[in-house]
Amino acid sequence: MVMIKKLRDVIVNVVGGVGKNTLHIVYMMGYSTMLFLEVVYYSRSAFDKRKEILKQMYYAGVKTFIVVSIVALFTGMILALQIGLELKPYQQQPLVGNIIIATLTREMAPFVTAIILIAAVGSTMAAEVGTMAVSEEIDALEMMSISPVRFLVMPRVISLALMLPIATVYTNLLGCIGGGIIAHFQLNVSFDVYYSHILESLHFKATYVGLLKAFIFGIMVSTISCANGLRATNGALGVGKATRNSVVSSFLMVLIVGYYITGIFYGKAG
Amino acid sequence: MIEFKHVTKILNGVKVLDNLNITIEKGETFVIIGRSGTGKTVTLKHIAGLLEPESGAVLIDGKQMNGASRRQKDSLREKIGFVFQSGALINWMTVEENIALPLVEHKVLSADEIKQIVEEKLDLLQLTSARDRMPAEISGGMKKRASLARVLVRNPEIILYDEPTSGLDPVMSSLINTIINQIKKDQHITQVVVTHDMESAYAIGDRIAMLYDGSIIECDVPDAIRTTTNPIVRQFISGSLEGPIEVL
Repeated sequence: MVMIKKLRDVIVNVVGGVGKNTLHIVYMMGYSTMLFLEVVYYSRSAFDKRKEILKQMYYAGVKTFIVVSIVALFTGMILALQIGLELKPYQQQPLVGNIIIATLTREMAPFVTAIILIAAVGSTMAAEVGTMAVSEEIDALEMMSISPVRFLVMPRVISLALMLPIATVYTNLLGCIGGGIIAHFQLNVSFDVYYSHILESLHFKATYVGLLKAFIFGIMVSTISCANGLRATNGALGVGKATRNSVVSSFLMVLIVGYYITGIFYGKAG
Repeated sequence: MIEFKHVTKILNGVKVLDNLNITIEKGETFVIIGRSGTGKTVTLKHIAGLLEPESGAVLIDGKQMNGASRRQKDSLREKIGFVFQSGALINWMTVEENIALPLVEHKVLSADEIKQIVEEKLDLLQLTSARDRMPAEISGGMKKRASLARVLVRNPEIILYDEPTSGLDPVMSSLINTIINQIKKDQHITQVVVTHDMESAYAIGDRIAMLYDGSIIECDVPDAIRTTTNPIVRQFISGSLEGPIEVL
C-alpha cells in the first residue's frame, strides 16, 4: 500500500513537473514574442539611444573579438582538414575551397558566431537584466515612467541584430583563411588555386541567406536573453536560472530556426 | 489622498493582504510597521501600481491605480516617487547620472536646467562628494539618499519609502529621519513609510499603523501607539519574545 502511494506520488510529481515546465515554455515563448513586438514599437527611439546601442555593439563585437577570431580560424582549419582527407584519395583537394566557402556562408559562420555570442553576450544580457529585476531596478524604472523595454531591451536587441551579421562576415573571412592555411600546408593546394575556388563558389544567395540568418539569430538571442532576465525572481538563484534558461532556449531556437531558414531558401522543408 | 478599499492580495498561496482598508490624508507622513514578511512592502507596491490585488481598489486622489492601463499608471506615477530598500540605483551610472535619469529620459527640460536641479538635490542630500561615484562604490546611506534625490527631482506629490533606515548606523538613520521631516515641513508631500525601526517611526510619523495578518490592527498618532494596550502592538514595539506574536 505504501509502495503504491509512493509510486503514485512519483507519477504525479513527474507529470506535474512536465506540465509546469511545458506551461512555462509556452508562457516564455509568448512573452518573448510580445517583448519583440514592443522592441519594434520602441525602435523609433533608436536614434535617441544611439550611445547605448554603440556601447552594446562594442560589448558584443569588440569584447568577443578574440574568441570569435580563434573559433573562426579553427573552424576553417578543421573543415579543410576533414574535407581534404576525404578528397585526397580522389585527388580533388582543390575543391576544398569550394566546399569551405559554401559551408561557411550558408550554415557554419552564422551558426558558430551565434553560439559564441549566446555564450558570451546573451548570457551576460540575461544576467544583467535579471540582476536589475531582482534588485528592483526595473521597478524603479517603471516608477519613473521609463519603459524598461525602451531603456534596456531595445538597444540590446538592435545592437546584437547589427553585430551578429558583422561578426558572421568576419567569421567567414577568418574561416577561409584558416582553411587556406591547411589547404596550402597539408593538402598541397596553392593559395592561388584555393582563392580561385573560393571565388568560384562564393554565391550572392549563400551570402545573403547567411547574413539574414545571423540577423534573425541576433534578434532572437537578445530578445530571449532579455525576456528571461526580465522574468527573473528569487535573487541570485533566479538570476542563475534565467541565465541558464536563456542560453538553452537561444541555442535550441538558433538550431530550429536555422534549419527552417535553410529549408525555405534551399529545400522543400520550409 | 491614498485609499485602500477592501484590498486582498495572495502571494504564493498566502493571503498577504486581507480585506485591507486604509485612508492616508494629503500631506501626512503615514508609517506602516509590522514584522518582516507581513506585507508592508506589498502594500507600498500596490500604491505604486507595481502589484495588482486579487480584489478591492487602490485609489490615488480618487483615481484607481489597480487595473489601470499602462498610460494611466504612468500618469498616476508622475505624482509618486518610490525610495526602494536597496536604493535601486542603475548600477552602470554614476550617482549624478542616476539622479538626472528621469529628467533626461523625459526630455522636458534643457541640459542646463537638469544640471541645476541635480546640483540642488545633490546639495540638499549632502551627496556632492559622491556625484561621480558608481552605486557599488558608495555606502548604503548614500544609496538611499541618492534614491531619494532621484525621486525629488520629479517634484512628486507622494513619496513611498521602503525601510529607509534599515541597515544604517544610528547617525545615518537620524539624517534620513531629518530629511523626511524636512520634506514634510517644506513641501507638504504625502509620505508613506514602511519600517520596523520604531525610533524612526516615532520620529517621522504623523500616524503609525500596524499591519498584522494582512490587515491594520491599530492606527494612531505616535504617542497613542507608545501607550497602546493592544498586546500585539505592545509586544512588537517592545521587541519582547513573550506575547501573542508567534516567533517563527
